[in-house]
Amino acid sequence: MIKVEDKLFQNRYKVDAGHPHISIKNPDICQNDCKSLACTVCCPAGCYTEEGNGKIVLITDGCLECGTCRIICSEHRNVDWEYPRGGYGILFKFG
Amino acid sequence: MEKFDAIVVGAGPSGNAAAYTLAKAGLKVLQIERGEYPGSKNVQGAILYSDALERIIPDFREDAPLERHIVEQQMWVLDDESYVGSTYRSAEFNREPYNRYTIIRAQFDKWFSKKVQDAGALLICETTVSDLILDGNRVIGVQADREGGAIYADIVILADGVNSLLAKKAGFHPELDPKDVALAVKEIHFLPQETVEARFNIGEDEGVVIEMVGKITKGMMGTGFLYTNKESITIGVGCMLSDFKQQKTTPYALLEEMKAHPAIRPLIAGGEMKEYTGHLIPEGGYKAIPKIYGDGWLMAGDAAMFVNAVHREGSNLAMTSGRLAAETVIALKEQGKFMTEANLALYREKLDESFLMKDLKKYKEMPGILHKNPQFFTTYPELLNKAAHSMLTVDGVDKKTKEREIRRNFVGKRSLFGLMGDAFKMWRAFE
Repeated sequence: MIKVEDKLFQNRYKVDAGHPHISIKNPDICQNDCKSLACTVCCPAGCYTEEGNGKIVLITDGCLECGTCRIICSEHRNVDWEYPRGGYGILFKFG
Repeated sequence: MEKFDAIVVGAGPSGNAAAYTLAKAGLKVLQIERGEYPGSKNVQGAILYSDALERIIPDFREDAPLERHIVEQQMWVLDDESYVGSTYRSAEFNREPYNRYTIIRAQFDKWFSKKVQDAGALLICETTVSDLILDGNRVIGVQADREGGAIYADIVILADGVNSLLAKKAGFHPELDPKDVALAVKEIHFLPQETVEARFNIGEDEGVVIEMVGKITKGMMGTGFLYTNKESITIGVGCMLSDFKQQKTTPYALLEEMKAHPAIRPLIAGGEMKEYTGHLIPEGGYKAIPKIYGDGWLMAGDAAMFVNAVHREGSNLAMTSGRLAAETVIALKEQGKFMTEANLALYREKLDESFLMKDLKKYKEMPGILHKNPQFFTTYPELLNKAAHSMLTVDGVDKKTKEREIRRNFVGKRSLFGLMGDAFKMWRAFE
């Protein structure tokens, strides 16, 4: 099983501690209403994990700022997505 | 209150093309970039097509950070363990001026941005534009996430990339549809320059492009790619978000499996992976183009869905649209006209006259056809590889029998009507 953490480890980030730029609007919707939990599969940085009981945990530290999670949550629109504050977040060395 | 002629949001290819063209014409330009430096938020394969940049900076080759000019283009159709491929290599591609190059975007965007600043535009980095400032329906400025963040201008050019939150927040655009965007992930692997050149049979500064389609995307609508840089290789795979959503493979697992393909693994062997990136590509085509101008604003590049997915072109459309947006503004200024939606329709006219809209229009049916016909990404690659394998294996079976077998396989998998229908669909899509 490939661990995405090993890949993300190569990247440069300036983490805005205490100011995650993405949040789940209403965690109950993920837990009770969402059948697909597509965010846990589609996020290329593996930021979304399911805790077994359907509860979704989001940790944005490895975020590549691609926008996938916001767009695939099309049934529930349950992702609050902003760009990080200026200068924070992923810093591509090569892009 | 300081007011600018134009504010450009974003310092990627379209933003830089716009800001450069405006500044060269003597306009007072402010460009805002959220990254630490231009390029630090930007991702591309990356191939640079010379023509679009040449029309903006004719002598760009003198100092732009270019990796390799492309002398060979390969197209692979992959099965699980094999591929059938075509190669086009020409000595003509080795004569200057070169037509296309591999580039590393973080370096290239920095270079382009320096040109923009030299031309007289003011660039502020590490600043995210959080909102457009509206007066009724007219854009009059932007709100930046720093002190005194309200900045005003006659025109705001939105070159803020595929996610373009600004147009959504202002109500100009709905949210993107998962069927109109592809998610691509890629890695850059470093190898000694001599190794890259020996492995791909290329000389100094020469480069190879391999585009891939087939079972590497597990039935999803998508493609893979491998590009040679000076002393590195970029390898990646992208599929439509609507397809990703319906299956259980993560993007990084897909990339890992692709890297392990017996034909691909030796090409990247021994490389040191130094960065992993993910990015969305707006591939909805002509029919998915959103509103691209309105009172006080214009939109260029990925934000406007200007990507020709069939030909893997994007940054050239970005630069072209950025330039045309700027030329529209310059023309209106010269005529003393206001930046109203009616006057800015000139932008659309310019786009329609250029290769950009003509190409997008030509392939307008393609995304729809490919969405509805996944056989192009699995069944056909499989059949093609099986046919090649059969014809190229000498085993005492006569060739006529082999041909019959191959024909039976094709008809069995797709039926005669299916085959004819598919041929017709492809003809329609490329017509």
